[in-house]
Amino acid sequence: MTQAAISPKELSVQAATRLRPIERTIEFGLLLAAIFSVFITAGIVYVLFSEAVPFFRHPDVSVWKFLTDTEWTPLFSVKHFGIMPLVVGTLWTTVIALLVAMPVGTIIAIWLSEFANAKVREIIKPVLELLSAVPTVVYGYFAITVVAPAMQPVYTWLAEAINSVLATVAPGASPIATELPLFNMLSAGIVMGIMIVPYVSSLSEDAMRSVPMLLREGSYGMGANRLTTAVRVVFPAALSGIAASYILAISRAVGETMIVAIAAGQQPNLTANPAEGGATITAYIVQVSMGDLPHGSLEYQTIFAAGITLFFMTLAFNLMGAWLRKRYRQAY
Amino acid sequence: MLSTEQVIRRGQMRDRVFSILGVALTILCLGVLAILLVNLCREGLARIDWQFLTTFPSRRAAKAGIFSAWVGSALVMLVTGLTAIPLGVAAGVYLEEYGRRNWFTSLIEINIANLAGVPSIIYGLMALGLLIYKWEDWFGDKTDSIAGLGQSIITGGLTLAFLILPIVIVATREALRAIPQHMREAAYALGASRWQVVKDHLLPYSTGGISTGVIIALSRAIGETAPLVTIGALTYIAFLPPAPFSHTESGQMVGPFAWLSSPFTVLPIQMFNWVSRPSSDDNNFAVNAAAAGIILMLVTLTMNTVAIVIRARVRKKVKW
Repeated sequence: MTQAAISPKELSVQAATRLRPIERTIEFGLLLAAIFSVFITAGIVYVLFSEAVPFFRHPDVSVWKFLTDTEWTPLFSVKHFGIMPLVVGTLWTTVIALLVAMPVGTIIAIWLSEFANAKVREIIKPVLELLSAVPTVVYGYFAITVVAPAMQPVYTWLAEAINSVLATVAPGASPIATELPLFNMLSAGIVMGIMIVPYVSSLSEDAMRSVPMLLREGSYGMGANRLTTAVRVVFPAALSGIAASYILAISRAVGETMIVAIAAGQQPNLTANPAEGGATITAYIVQVSMGDLPHGSLEYQTIFAAGITLFFMTLAFNLMGAWLRKRYRQAY
Repeated sequence: MLSTEQVIRRGQMRDRVFSILGVALTILCLGVLAILLVNLCREGLARIDWQFLTTFPSRRAAKAGIFSAWVGSALVMLVTGLTAIPLGVAAGVYLEEYGRRNWFTSLIEINIANLAGVPSIIYGLMALGLLIYKWEDWFGDKTDSIAGLGQSIITGGLTLAFLILPIVIVATREALRAIPQHMREAAYALGASRWQVVKDHLLPYSTGGISTGVIIALSRAIGETAPLVTIGALTYIAFLPPAPFSHTESGQMVGPFAWLSSPFTVLPIQMFNWVSRPSSDDNNFAVNAAAAGIILMLVTLTMNTVAIVIRARVRKKVKW
């Protein structure tokens, strides 16, 4: 009876006033969750700076020495704090990984997008993505038990060939080692490359598939075949997405830890030969963390100095990726 | 000068060659995965038995097991899931359904995109500096061990939760974006409030998409080693975290959440430890590493397969 006395308008006003506080509270709660991600970034930046600044203030260390000293021996009695050997180790493994992942990933992406039929694509793509789902510690094990031993004869053959060329071109030059050590940056890099193939193939394939059919039809209409269309029309049209996939692959490779910690050896090594062992920034952080360093010591702070270097390297790549996406974006 | 026919034939030839190259490289990649699995199984399959799953690590390789490791992994995942899923879904819902387009939401978006590219070990450094040491500086009453999070299951779980948060957020947003606008409009037209639309319509419709993302994120977290090594997860744990309401040796009953502050190890760290140990024929830790690797692969591959199946189902079933 009383309910019938309330007009629909009043009812809706009542409902609205009853709901509003809950709605507001929920919206506020969701907002807090979204803001939380900003706190994580703030936390990362805060920790890296607050631990790395005292490191650089230390009388034995300076930013200049950090960037130019060619030795990194914070755990030895004669301490050198030059990040370069670690940066070079990181770059070597990254470059090798990219030499594997970029061509392989790109070709697979073109094949999936332009040649394979839809059914094959739907199956192959998720199966390939399993490659990047394998835990990296398993990949590390794989690198030292399978890849490094398998590389041995290939490397020996290659090194002998290089040496014989060297002997004729520059007789005075010292020959390179023909023996591949078990722990080397080459096999770690190759395994890392296999791991990041799906990043390149899946994202590049997405980018190429979103190129409108019209462009392909135009190309076919001009008499081009599939490969020409793929390489000359679809690939350039999807370049922003493809470049972004490369950048993501680089940033994954730079930050990859366990494969290099297990398979590359852990000796910082400023070298031009990736077949030697070496340490990356990430491998050094793991090496120190496995030990027992007192909080606040200079050695403890080195991992944050290394971390901040790594953070800026990946940040630079990520920003470059975002810029590329924006700069070369083709809107259809 | 080539005839038209020759040009066409040459083009077809190139297409075919490239097609074969594409197939060959795909098979090569899958072949690597197969070799990895076969190698693991050949080395370690014989080592897996009930004893391996139910004993603690040991100095004798043949006696060592992964009991503390898989229990640790499961508990850390529990914390990670319970933190990352609600937080990530809530953040995704806010950004997709509530946030207005302004500098503030785009700041959050850029931030999430950047977080997704931060190496996992950096999260470990952050957790070490913030959750362990700064936390102790700020809140730690040195006599009260609970005040510091320490090198415990909760610290490990939170670290991995931060790490996978961007994946969960992105998956949630994509799943919500796939729901056509008219579903929302229909609900609003019937008088539903915004939260009612989200709770009664959008979340149920996007469960498939969100769970795909969540499972993939958790499978990544379960294989993560580096951030947990950084926060100081131990490699030799010969006990389990205290069960809720169990009794310590001195007869004291522990609280329901005491396990959260227990030291821990996880499966990938146990494997890392065995991989890096020198092994000999009569004390073969490499076999243990392979066996732990098989378990790890089994878990991640199962999770990924489940995710793939859910995704395929959602795609097939849902036609708006």
